[in-house]
Amino acid sequence: MALDMFYDILSWCLIGLGCFFVLIGALGVLKLPEFWSRLHAASVVESAGMILLISGLCIQSGLSLITVKLILLIVFLFLTGPTATHAVASAALVSGMKPKSDLKEPQDSL
Amino acid sequence: MLLIRTIITIIVLFCLWLLMSGIYQGFIVMLGFIAAAIAVFVVRRMDDVADTGRLEIRLKILNTIGYFFWLLVEIAKSNWLVTKTILGLNPSIKQHFFKVPCTQETEVGKTTFANSITLTPGTISVEHEGEEIWVHALSYSEEDLDALADMNSRVSNIERAV
Repeated sequence: MALDMFYDILSWCLIGLGCFFVLIGALGVLKLPEFWSRLHAASVVESAGMILLISGLCIQSGLSLITVKLILLIVFLFLTGPTATHAVASAALVSGMKPKSDLKEPQDSL
Repeated sequence: MLLIRTIITIIVLFCLWLLMSGIYQGFIVMLGFIAAAIAVFVVRRMDDVADTGRLEIRLKILNTIGYFFWLLVEIAKSNWLVTKTILGLNPSIKQHFFKVPCTQETEVGKTTFANSITLTPGTISVEHEGEEIWVHALSYSEEDLDALADMNSRVSNIERAV
C-alpha cells in the first residue's frame, strides 16, 4: 500500500518535471532571438522532456508489455530525434542561413 | 554465413513482433512469423539492388550500455544549463560555430558521436566534413572543446577493433 503510493508519487513527479521541460522548450522557441538558438530550445523538449515523461509513464504502467513498448519508444526517439534536428539544421545551412557566431574569429569554410 | 544472419534476423524481428502484439493465439502468432519472414525476404532482395555496402556495426556491448548512462548524466547537466539560459538566469548567450575532430572508424561510431552532440542540449552537430564535425553551440565557452573531445574519445572507446 505504502509502496504503491511511493511509486505513484515518484511517477507523477517525473511526469510533472517532464511537462516542465516541455514548457521550457516551448517558451525558449518563442523567446530566443533567431533560428539557430531556437533549435537548441527545441532539443530540450526532445531530450529531457521526452525521457522524464516516458519514464514517469513506465512507472505508472508497472511491469507489463506497455512498459516494454515505452522503453522501445525511448530508444527510437533517441535515434530519430537528433536525425530530425540534423535535417532541419542541414536544410537551413543549404538554403544559405549562415550560423551566427558571437565570437570574432575567422571561420575556415562553410 | 548469410543463411545464419537471415535466420537470426527473422527470429529477432519475430521477438519484436511478439513484444509489440500481446495477443498470443496460435493463428495470429503464425501470421506474425510469416510477416517477419516476408520483411526479411524483401530486405534481402533489396540488398542486391542497393548500391551501398552493408552497414558495419562493431560495438562493445557493455561499454555501449555504460556510455548510454554516462550520456544520460550529460544530457541532464546540459539541459539544466539551457533551461537557465531560456529563463534568463544565465545572461550569456554566446553562440559559436566551430569544428571538432571525430576519430571514430565506422559510420555507426560517427553517427553515435554526432547524435550525442545533438542530444545534449546547447550543442547541435550541423555538418560532417571528413574527420571533423561542425558544431553550433548556444553558450560557448573554452571548456566545451574539452568536453566534446572527452565525448569523442568515449565514443571511440565503445568501438571494437577489427
